[in-house]
Formats: sequence, C-alpha cells, structure tokens
Amino acid sequence: MTRATAASLPKQRLFKLETALILIGIAGLVLAPFYFYPVFLMKVLCFALFACAFNLLLGYTGILSFGHAAFFGGAAYFTAHAVKEWGLPTELGILVGVAGATVLGLIIGFFAIRRQGIYSTMITLALAQMFAFFCLQAPFTHGEDGIQGVPRGYLLGFIDLNQPLNMYFFVLAVFLVGLFIIWRIINSPFGMILKSVRENEPRAISLGYSVARYKLAAFVMSAALTGLAGGLKAIVFQFATLTDVSWQMSGEVVLMTLLGGIGTLTGPIFGAALVAALENYLATSEFPVTVITGVIFMVCVLVFRRGIIGELYASRLGKRLEGKPDN
Amino acid sequence: MSTISDTAPGGALSSPGATGQQTSRVVLSARGLRRDFGGFVAVNNVDLDVHHAKVHALIGPNGAGKTTVFNLLTKFLQPSSGTITLLDQDITKTDPAKVARMGLVRSFQISAVFPHLTVLDNVRVALQRPSGLSTQFWLPIGALDRLNERAMELIAAVGLQDARDKLAADLSYGRKRVLEIATTLALDPKVLLLDEPMAGMGHEDVHIVSDIIREVAKDRAILMVEHNLKVVADLCDQVTVLQRGEILTSGDYRTVSQDDRVRVAYMGTDHE
Repeated sequence: MTRATAASLPKQRLFKLETALILIGIAGLVLAPFYFYPVFLMKVLCFALFACAFNLLLGYTGILSFGHAAFFGGAAYFTAHAVKEWGLPTELGILVGVAGATVLGLIIGFFAIRRQGIYSTMITLALAQMFAFFCLQAPFTHGEDGIQGVPRGYLLGFIDLNQPLNMYFFVLAVFLVGLFIIWRIINSPFGMILKSVRENEPRAISLGYSVARYKLAAFVMSAALTGLAGGLKAIVFQFATLTDVSWQMSGEVVLMTLLGGIGTLTGPIFGAALVAALENYLATSEFPVTVITGVIFMVCVLVFRRGIIGELYASRLGKRLEGKPDN
Repeated sequence: MSTISDTAPGGALSSPGATGQQTSRVVLSARGLRRDFGGFVAVNNVDLDVHHAKVHALIGPNGAGKTTVFNLLTKFLQPSSGTITLLDQDITKTDPAKVARMGLVRSFQISAVFPHLTVLDNVRVALQRPSGLSTQFWLPIGALDRLNERAMELIAAVGLQDARDKLAADLSYGRKRVLEIATTLALDPKVLLLDEPMAGMGHEDVHIVSDIIREVAKDRAILMVEHNLKVVADLCDQVTVLQRGEILTSGDYRTVSQDDRVRVAYMGTDHE
C-alpha cells in the first residue's frame, strides 16, 4: 500500500470524522468559558477563524499568501475606526472591517495571482508591507499608539457586550458562521474547481477554466473571512495596533495552519489554539516565546508534516474512527 | 499493477450530435507560425491543417519543436508571428481557457490528472464547466451528482469503472492516461491535441489507447505527437514531419516514410 495522506481518504469517511470532531468541538466551546478565561478563549477563536480563512487559500487552492496580516490588521483598524469615530453599532463596524479587507484582498490578490509559487508569495508580502507602512503613517490609525478604547457596544442595540459571557457567545457565533461559510465553500462545486487548480493548474486551464478568476475569487473570499476575524478581534480587545498588520502576524498564521494540518477543516483551529496557548503561558516566563514556537515549527515540518489533525487522519486511530481496517 | 481492462470502447466516446460523416473540413489551421525565445527560433513558418474526422500526426526528432507547436496552437504560448484559426475563428490572440471552451482541448506529455481527486471527480471537474456548476460556492457538493451518469459512461468507455472511487494518484501510468482521455472527452471537444499519448505505456495499453483514439476520431479531429511509428502508421491519416522547428514534409505515412530527407533526418536509413 502507498502511504495514506489526509487527502487520500475517501470523502464520505473523512466527512464523518470531521463532523464528529466539529460536534465535540462546539460542545466544548459552549462549556469552555465556565472553566477558562473568556478573553483567552476569544483570542483563540479569532485566531482560529483567521487560520481557517488562510487555509481556504493555502490548503484548498494552493496559494501561499505571506500578506494576510494586511487583511487581519487592516480589518481591525477599519472596525475600530468605524465603531469609535463614526459611532457605528458593533455588528456594522465588523462588516466595515470585512468590506475593507475584501477591497484589500481584491487589490493584493489581483497582483498576486498573476505569478505562481514563491513569486506570488513575495508579491503578497511586498504589498502587505506597503499597507503596514501606510498604517504607520496614516493619521486615522494613530501610528504607534494604535486605536485605543474601542467600545464593545450593544449587539442589535440591547445585548450588552461588555458582559464577558455575552461577548464570548457573540464571538463564538461569528466564529461558527465563518467556519460554516468556509466548510460550504470547500464542499461546493466551486470548491471542487479550486481543488483541481491546486492539483494541476495547466490541466484546469486546458479544461477551459479561466484559472485566474477562480484564484482571485478564492483570494478575496479568504481575505474577507480574515477580515471578519480581524474586526472581531478589535472588538474583543477594544484596540487595533500595528502588531496585527506586521509581517510577523502573516508568519504566525502560516505556523498555525501548518501545525494544525494544511487542507483539513479543523486543523488550523487546533494550530491556532496551540500557538495562542503557548504565547499566553510563556508570556510571563523568562524563556523567549519565539524560540519555542520556532522549535515547534521545525519539529512539525521535520517529523509530522501533515500537522496534528492531518496525522490523526492518517494514523491507525484515525482509520479506526472511520471504521476502516488498518494497513 | 494492473493494466487497463480490456473493454472495447463503447458509444460513450462519440459526441451526442455526431453524424459520423466523413468530411475533409479543416477545423484547425495555422499559417506562418513562428515563435522565438530570445535569439533562438523554436518554431518557424509552420503551416498546418487539421481535418475533421482525421488523425494527424506530428513527428520529428527530439527538440524539433513539436511540443512548442502544441503550446502555440492551444495558446499556452503566444506565437511571435503567424495566425491560428479554429473552426473559422481567428484565435491568434485568444487566451488558452477560452480556446479550450471553443472546443480545442489538449493533453500533456506528462499525464495530466488531478492526483488527489477520485477518478469520478476527475471526470466531473470537466463535466462541471459546460453544466454551469463551477462557480456555485453556496451549493452542496451533492449538486454534482447529476453529472454522475455521464461521468460513469465516460469512465466505463475507457475501462475504469472498477476504479471509480480510487484516487487518480493510485492508478497505474496507463490507467492515468486513459483517465485523462476520458476527462478530455467529457468536454466533447471538436479538436483533440494529444501530446505523446502512448509514451511510457506497455504494448497492451498502447493497443487499448489506439482503439480509443480510433473510435474518438470518427467525429473529431485529432492532432497527436507520437514517437511510436508503428502507432503512427496504423492510426494516422496525415503525417507532418518537423525538423529544427520547420516542416520538412507532410503527407500520408507511406509518402512521408519513403521520403529520403525524412529517412535521413529522423527514421534512420534502415527503417522498413
């Protein structure tokens, strides 16, 4: 037998395992704020949505963007500005963030999809750095200070989001909606074409698909969903700063996705949770957190390249869960 | 690994509206085709006419520019000069995906399947486009099930029905190539460009692919690059010999193979 990869499992079975994981996950997330610090959980959810949106592009379309911080941090700025300066309601403010990230995604994507592989990645990095510089200089972002004291406001005018649990369940709801959208895109006729582009781009062209359009569409969808995560984060932490538009953030999302498992729906969630947890616990220790994440990254790439969830699917346990005989 | 099962190609290979009549209508033609890369002229002054319901072979030694001609005709490369006409329309400036939608579909030298999709999904990806189901990101994947019947016809026609749910990556080389043909035929193309369809195949597989090509060519034009001269002699109505980017000669196999220049340039003097 050839070595099984996550992608080589029959779709139906994979679907069952993913459904089971998702149901357990939702139950866990509903109960979690009663055991863990809600702000930490909300941070995890924002990053998890970010990583899943990123994975839509990397794992299912085969485009590696190194500029997703522009969409994440940009949306945080747009949302923070809209809520604080324009006085928009929270939910509208987040939509402003999504709209802003969509426009940025259209611009950066337009240039990035013209090239392939490393060249495309470099274009996303260059344009995202330009945007980061813009954020440093533009008056509305308040430079190094960032936008501070963003009010959380009232959801639909009456649910007080300053209550931690209210805020948590709002974030959870947005996260689940975002995840559902991603799941739907992946498992749609359109998603099938994205996969075929990932698998063999010249062949997809020779079958008559204008590949550039599909790639741009995927890029913009990924950017918009990243914007949803970024806008949400601005409301959770009540500020937007340069950290979220910096290239380190683009790198972090690559790490989260690789760690969890590229091309699996749930993998990036675990990757994001792991990275966020590490950062939280090591923030107070004397040991530099970047060294730890760097080592974990190397171990992941060298030892379990499929990522945590990818390895689970490929393992004996994963096969047994799906009711398949071991090799 | 198993070879392709020995199923005779069935009616699924013919296009639905086919009349099967033998006409010598030119469907794809090139005039004065030229392409240079920097100072190097890869293809120069190539005139080519591909006829409906005929198999046309493009042969020549390695580096003669056969694949470049393919890339030019399918617009994966832009010609430096010359014109290309497909079904009476000028496609010299058309982009490759549009050319494919107009009915000119190519295969590649290396087998071009989608390795991590199943056999069924490989064919459905092709069927999806004409069905208008390729941009619907809000529909469940089950929406594609209505393509299954046609997909299975095509899969059965090339003898892959037992591999329906296997990943394309797990198929043997010969089976990948016939899957590629099934995928190509799903688009019901008017003109097929096959780049070395038999390369790397065992002789049993060659026989099966020959049968499929012969069946397919009943109502389509086929242009193929092929090194196996037995296949060319057996299958092709017209042969064009390319040497150093230019056409050496063109005609039926018998005429071409008797040509002294061809014997010297390509086949060797001791052939036949």
